[in-house]
Amino acid sequence: MLSLKNLWVEYGEKVVLERISLEIAEKSFVSIIGPSGAGKSSLLRVILGQEKPTRGSISLDGAPLPTECGPDRGVVFQRYSVFPHLTVLGNVLLGVEFAASPFTARLFGSARRAAVAEAEAMLEQVGLADSRHLYPAQMSGGMQQRLAIAQALIKRPRILLLDEPFGALDPGIRGDMHGLITRLWREHGLTIIMVTHDIKEAFGLGTRVLTLDKRRHDPHAPQRYGAGVVYDLELTRKVQQVHAEPGMAEIEQTSGITIDTIGNN
Amino acid sequence: MRWVTAQPTRRGALLLGAAPLLVLALGYVVAAAARHADNPADKILPLPGAMAAAMAGLLFEPDQLSGQYLFWADTVASLWRLGAGLGIATLSALLVGLALGALPPVRSTLGPLVTGIAVIPPIALLPILFIVFGLGETAKVALIVIGVAPFMMRDVAGHIGALPREQVVKALTLGANSWGVILRVALPQALPRLFEALRLSLGPAWVFLISAEAIAADVGLGYRIFLVRRYLAMDVIIPYVAWIALLAVLMDLALTFGSRRLFGWAYLGAR
Repeated sequence: MLSLKNLWVEYGEKVVLERISLEIAEKSFVSIIGPSGAGKSSLLRVILGQEKPTRGSISLDGAPLPTECGPDRGVVFQRYSVFPHLTVLGNVLLGVEFAASPFTARLFGSARRAAVAEAEAMLEQVGLADSRHLYPAQMSGGMQQRLAIAQALIKRPRILLLDEPFGALDPGIRGDMHGLITRLWREHGLTIIMVTHDIKEAFGLGTRVLTLDKRRHDPHAPQRYGAGVVYDLELTRKVQQVHAEPGMAEIEQTSGITIDTIGNN
Repeated sequence: MRWVTAQPTRRGALLLGAAPLLVLALGYVVAAAARHADNPADKILPLPGAMAAAMAGLLFEPDQLSGQYLFWADTVASLWRLGAGLGIATLSALLVGLALGALPPVRSTLGPLVTGIAVIPPIALLPILFIVFGLGETAKVALIVIGVAPFMMRDVAGHIGALPREQVVKALTLGANSWGVILRVALPQALPRLFEALRLSLGPAWVFLISAEAIAADVGLGYRIFLVRRYLAMDVIIPYVAWIALLAVLMDLALTFGSRRLFGWAYLGAR
């Protein structure tokens, strides 16, 4: 569905990403891991449209993807994903209001009631139904991330991008969030691309794990070469199970993997 | 107990806060009484009774020349100038600050201009204002605006510019356009900061108001103080200064209270 062709990201002299060519299938859950500074977040920002690649192209179903952020791609960041001045309900409503009313970005009367019902249904799904009148500052980090997910999903994006979404959470909450995101991914038929530092999380959640790292390194000019995809692991057993039993919420053990070495020098 | 962690109770804090004021008042009365014991006609430190008598004339008796109750006429004139100046400054700070903070091209265009105006000492512009606008109300209001607006603009713009980039990106992924980001993301978060900037601008605004009134006016709190200075009329000057202080404190409190009331979300993290 999403196709990246020979993508390069350079900041002046510094090459961050080079020769990234990927085909991401619909309804897959792609985890991206790699050492710090390997360009994981840069890749995510390029797919999000926040940054333009210096070379190469991205296309969605064959059509070039607009290089601007838009409602077709949702995002959850590690922090600052929710608006501190809006309540939980207001945060989720915002997406509906922007779409329905480009000038005032607010809804009134029956349109608002319908939007509130929709937002409350979404909050129910992420387990925040009882917190609708709280402000983000009154909630824990885990609840804020649940809110950020609900806020993104109300736009019904095809692609959801997660930038270390659970990195700042404690392990217990992180486990709950893994269950939540897996359930939502299946229920909403999302394509998820997640950047993470946690290898266990990457394999536990993903149907495919990409590792970004530098393929070549020049000790005299460490900026000369950028990172590429050095491992591309399709977690095949999980894919089969997902297709066989789409409703299941358990995170699968990742034993059957095939290592794709295409593109590795 | 250590001094750095000691937390006075609410009542204790009130008493502690009132103590220096009482000491100051008492010290004044003692000093005034001592001077009057030496010289009953002393004008420099008038006794409270003399101040009350002098103020009663301004408060309750119409002026023979103009027929106005001078104290109230002064207060209304000064507050009008202050209100007009601060109102224009606040409104322009909101508009310009939002545009500067939220729209990088506007920041590149107008940023240097606002910075340039902000570094000019406003009092140095007063002659220009008097020449351009004459000696009427416009020049006094304009001085207050020029004095406080650039600071407020830069403060609001800085605050909006420092909002996490993630918020803007997130709003765009929720379907917002630039206008939507300004209206629903930048504006609500600018308002508490604007109130704070306005509160901090009260002091400078009073300085510019009194300066302008001292130089050219025929009514106003600052005008009266500088007029009666010629007769060493401390019995009028001191109550006037106290009245200005009271007005300034009330405005400060009203802004603090209003901001907490209107923008409760902005104070949640501080608890």
